Amino acid sequence: MLNFLINRISSVLLSFCCLLSFENSFAQLRVDITSGNPRPVPIAITEFFGVDPSASKLGNSIGLVISNDLEGSGLFKLIDHKAFIQSRESLRRLPQFPAWRQINAQALVVGTVENLENGKLRVDFRLWDVFSSKQLIGRRLETEPDNWRRVAHIISDAIYKRITGEDGYFDTRIVYVSETGPAKKRVKRLAIMDQDGANLRYLTNGSNLVLTPRFSPTAQEITYLAYVNNRPRVYIYNIDTGQREALGDFPGMSFAPRFSPDGNKVIMSIAKNGNSDIYTMDLPTRRTIRLTAHPAIDTSPSFAPDGSRIVFNSDRGGQQQLYVMTLRDRKASRISFGTGRYATPVWSPRGDLIAFTKMFKGEFAIGVMRPDGSGERLLTKGFLVESPTWAPNGRVLMFFRKDRSGKRGGQPKLFSIDLTGYNERLILTPTSASDPAWSPVN
Amino acid sequence: MRFKLISTIIFGLALSGCETSSDGSRTIENSAASGSGSTKVSVLKSSDVKTRRSDLVVPPGTQEDLVVNVGDRVFFSTDSFQLSAGSRAVLEKQAKWLAQNLGATFSVEGHADERGTREYNLALGERRAAAVRDYLVALGVNPNRIQTISFGKERPVDPRSLGEAWSKNRRSVSVVK
Repeated sequence: MLNFLINRISSVLLSFCCLLSFENSFAQLRVDITSGNPRPVPIAITEFFGVDPSASKLGNSIGLVISNDLEGSGLFKLIDHKAFIQSRESLRRLPQFPAWRQINAQALVVGTVENLENGKLRVDFRLWDVFSSKQLIGRRLETEPDNWRRVAHIISDAIYKRITGEDGYFDTRIVYVSETGPAKKRVKRLAIMDQDGANLRYLTNGSNLVLTPRFSPTAQEITYLAYVNNRPRVYIYNIDTGQREALGDFPGMSFAPRFSPDGNKVIMSIAKNGNSDIYTMDLPTRRTIRLTAHPAIDTSPSFAPDGSRIVFNSDRGGQQQLYVMTLRDRKASRISFGTGRYATPVWSPRGDLIAFTKMFKGEFAIGVMRPDGSGERLLTKGFLVESPTWAPNGRVLMFFRKDRSGKRGGQPKLFSIDLTGYNERLILTPTSASDPAWSPVN
Repeated sequence: MRFKLISTIIFGLALSGCETSSDGSRTIENSAASGSGSTKVSVLKSSDVKTRRSDLVVPPGTQEDLVVNVGDRVFFSTDSFQLSAGSRAVLEKQAKWLAQNLGATFSVEGHADERGTREYNLALGERRAAAVRDYLVALGVNPNRIQTISFGKERPVDPRSLGEAWSKNRRSVSVVK
């Protein structure tokens, strides 16, 4: 497992260094993203200057990827390039701040791209606070030229962090279920793409029904449910090698898998004689431990980030509600008490909130509550919204939405939404899409 | 029933006498539970023969036989796996059918409508399939002859988002193996 990680890191080979390290921590340019609907920061993102024509082309593309990332967060307002007064060549020296103030830019991103003799790509970038004329970030990144998109996402992450105080989530991926064909014989395939939709590839060919993929927090692995030879079981898929492996061989269906925060266990439901209970499987030893033993349906388990508790949904009280169990004593207590049914709880990577799907008055909603059940807040509603997944910074969620369907069946689509309930956005996918899962930071 | 079947087979053979023909008739491989090997039977399209559909060949021990003469499915109310009196009556006929067709085994599929979450519906489908299996076993069917599988909300018979469609989709289906 560690090998994969090292391979991945070394293949990226990013070297960071600070350019002129007078980053001013008291700069005024800052957006408080915890308040309801923050006013987006007007930002000028220039096309990065290329030392030669090929670098120049890449410089344009890097500028576009950063613009798309930051604009998509809803926290930044892009200033049209046509309004720019200063040329990008002259920006190599210093910004002419009055020229940027004149077009109301509060933040300015500039950069240069250079193809090095050793075949590497060098990207320098700086983030400027236009009003105080101060540099907020200056960094140099070197990598293989193929990794230019990741360089752009890493720059977006740095800018987002400097201005919001929160970690970025742009250098991440999404795994989801691609759906094609008629509803009665739906073909479902695992698909993986960058957070911005680039580099899409399909991991399975559609011959087996696959559902509910989830990333490992520590390795290039995905756990999911697949119907192989008409047997629904939990599998692990290795993204680097393409190898697939069934997790255990139980007489009943195993389903609803998720990794533990340390990546060493998978927690899931296993059905016995029609009844579903929650188990963990230790991956190195393959030993299973049963966590619930109740005649009710216990499913959709999710670990707290410190691994000490789980949240799951159960109909032991008569209908689906959320329960938190402390693993030390295996005591479960109900946390959801609003009207309606609650399902698919997912613990935030920050630990402070649990996202869920709620069914109420013929509608579905995505909401969040604290782990003690207080502070319930619904972010979005619809005929069918389901399957929330957290960005690694715990600030943004993704889910899927499907409208009422006719004879041909519905076409689910992925959406992202800010934790505040603002900035709901369609995530473009070439086919219908469901069951998204956000990766940890790459 | 058996008499009707044999007479229809003869009828079919006499009319066409070959496996396929250009008029769209098709061939059914008949491996009846009586175990007398397979018989190739040519079935004409119903429009060609002035008989009611139920008079056409329904090979015993097949899915078609179960669907036509017994009923392959029972329905459930929302978020429930209780068997209604009507459902129990269908399953009692299924148990009898299994007793008559000792070579047949069932895969009981449990399904749910789209108004639940994916994972919970998988668990619900599993419960529905198990409720059917348990009832058949209580009626004397050997448990080794029944497997269960849940499809949750993955395989609707009617994909429309309507109450009428949802009631059809909350079902178990006995599939002859």
